[in-house]
Amino acid sequence: MLRIGKLPIALFAGFIIIFPWVAGKVPAIGNYTDIMVFVGIYCLITIGLGLLMGYAGQISVGQAAFYGIGAYVSAILTTRYGLNPWFCMFIAVLVTGTIAFLVGTPSLKLKGHYLAMATLAFGIIVFIIFNEEIQWTGGPDGMADIPGLSIFGFELDSIEKYFYLVWGFVFVILIFTINVIQSDAGRALRAIHTSEAAANSMGVNVSKFKVLVFVYSAILASLAGSLYAHYLNFINPSTFDLFFSIKLLIMIALGGMYNIWGAIIGAGIITFLSYEWLHYFEEFEVIVYGAILLVVTIFLPNGLVGLPGMLKELFVRQKSNE
Amino acid sequence: MNDTTAENILEVQGVVMAFGGLMALFKPDFKVKRGIIKAIIGPNGAGKTTLFNIITGFFTPTEGTVRFKGRSIKKFKTHEIAARGISRTFQTVELFGNMTVLENVMLGCHTRVPTSFMASGFRLPGAKRKEEEMRDRALNILKFIGLADKFEEPADNLPLGQQKMLEIGRALATEPELICLDEPAAGLNETETYVASSLIKAINAKGITVLLVEHDMKVIMNISDEIVVLNYGQKIAEGTPEAIRDNSTVIEAYLGSEA
Repeated sequence: MLRIGKLPIALFAGFIIIFPWVAGKVPAIGNYTDIMVFVGIYCLITIGLGLLMGYAGQISVGQAAFYGIGAYVSAILTTRYGLNPWFCMFIAVLVTGTIAFLVGTPSLKLKGHYLAMATLAFGIIVFIIFNEEIQWTGGPDGMADIPGLSIFGFELDSIEKYFYLVWGFVFVILIFTINVIQSDAGRALRAIHTSEAAANSMGVNVSKFKVLVFVYSAILASLAGSLYAHYLNFINPSTFDLFFSIKLLIMIALGGMYNIWGAIIGAGIITFLSYEWLHYFEEFEVIVYGAILLVVTIFLPNGLVGLPGMLKELFVRQKSNE
Repeated sequence: MNDTTAENILEVQGVVMAFGGLMALFKPDFKVKRGIIKAIIGPNGAGKTTLFNIITGFFTPTEGTVRFKGRSIKKFKTHEIAARGISRTFQTVELFGNMTVLENVMLGCHTRVPTSFMASGFRLPGAKRKEEEMRDRALNILKFIGLADKFEEPADNLPLGQQKMLEIGRALATEPELICLDEPAAGLNETETYVASSLIKAINAKGITVLLVEHDMKVIMNISDEIVVLNYGQKIAEGTPEAIRDNSTVIEAYLGSEA
């Protein structure tokens, strides 16, 4: 469960590197590179959320708000003050991290699901601010003309170029997070999940670790928000509503929250469902998500990544019954 | 005053713990000399585990002070107390079941080999070295408690006797000066109990002071240097095993006055 080999990472990297090339050759999936940019952006959020939920055992229903804060800070600073987008992205991370620290510190000191309650309220408040503070955020109409990104004068002006930028971020974060999971900090987090009392008496500063992971997950969401804003060049509040927070939770639950690959698989499947495969359902899309969540929580508590293990166990049991 | 603090690693003074109207502890004053094995005994509900929870910072007493190495521990949180040198096990095993035996003990090294989130994330050379140091320490402890060959097993897969040993091993990894063992022999068979008693003596031989809550009288009489007897949150006797065995108040508390 813990050992995350280098081979899957390498294989996945290979898949990502050739993806735009393959998608370019096959007309039926020609637009998949564009969708994969969004998958990458959501992966940044779900990796952080997976660490928070699966490893530290805390639920946040406010990740959309951190995602939105990242996007809006980037958008406001670049369009109104003409600052360098990379610098704005950094400022957004600082702002989001500080806010997460302020929200997380009091609610994580308490036992139980207070963080879920606090982040739920926080997400709603932030969503209202995006809508109402029209002089800053443009209100429900949103903000347009957000500049694109460039690296040392090299404009990331095509979908393919942006694809590699986003997935570059994903791989850096993925490897960083895997390293953390496989270190003392990761052990401390898993210990907290199993028994806070025991973790505490082994000298683990439980509330500090919980806040730390919460801030980390918020920072990743902020980063994703900035990348989103610079990719679409336009943002409006509806992207960052409560439903998106819940969608993120569905991604984690579907993929499997106890495994970092679950975050990536879940983000991939849900994104493709909502951008491509669920169009026929139109307004009834929500029902499909509800059904997915229901089926997963009842039959697949470890998500899709837990499926092979479950089948294996079933097979072994069947064998021993014979 | 100074020589008593040097001699006594732990002093419990005037501690009152009230849960609403229930008085769980009422001033069971006692001291624990450095380097001994001291047992706390008493009928169920006497307040033994409550006392452990106070000593390790889970509860803040309503009144009174607990001094560890001469300093009051009132201000410290549980994890800070652990870092200062008090470790514990639990009455009902509280292992990290989904982690391996080795990982459980490695977690105990958490305070002694500090690593940072950033350093581990970027896999800095220092972080890697520390991880190896923790592994070495943990393996040494597993050898000491006799579980070295099980290091890769998930803790949940061990039988209860070994789980209890592992919990002690994890507590040892924090390098405590005082280790509080809450019923280490509960639920163990005779062989396992013998192993547990020998282990506790071996820990004590390393210079670690042991504070022990236990119901198994054979274990208590065999290994402890001093005994405190609690009943309804109050201390009713204190002394050597021989003295306690013959103490009429203690016999009465356990068996009733008719006996």
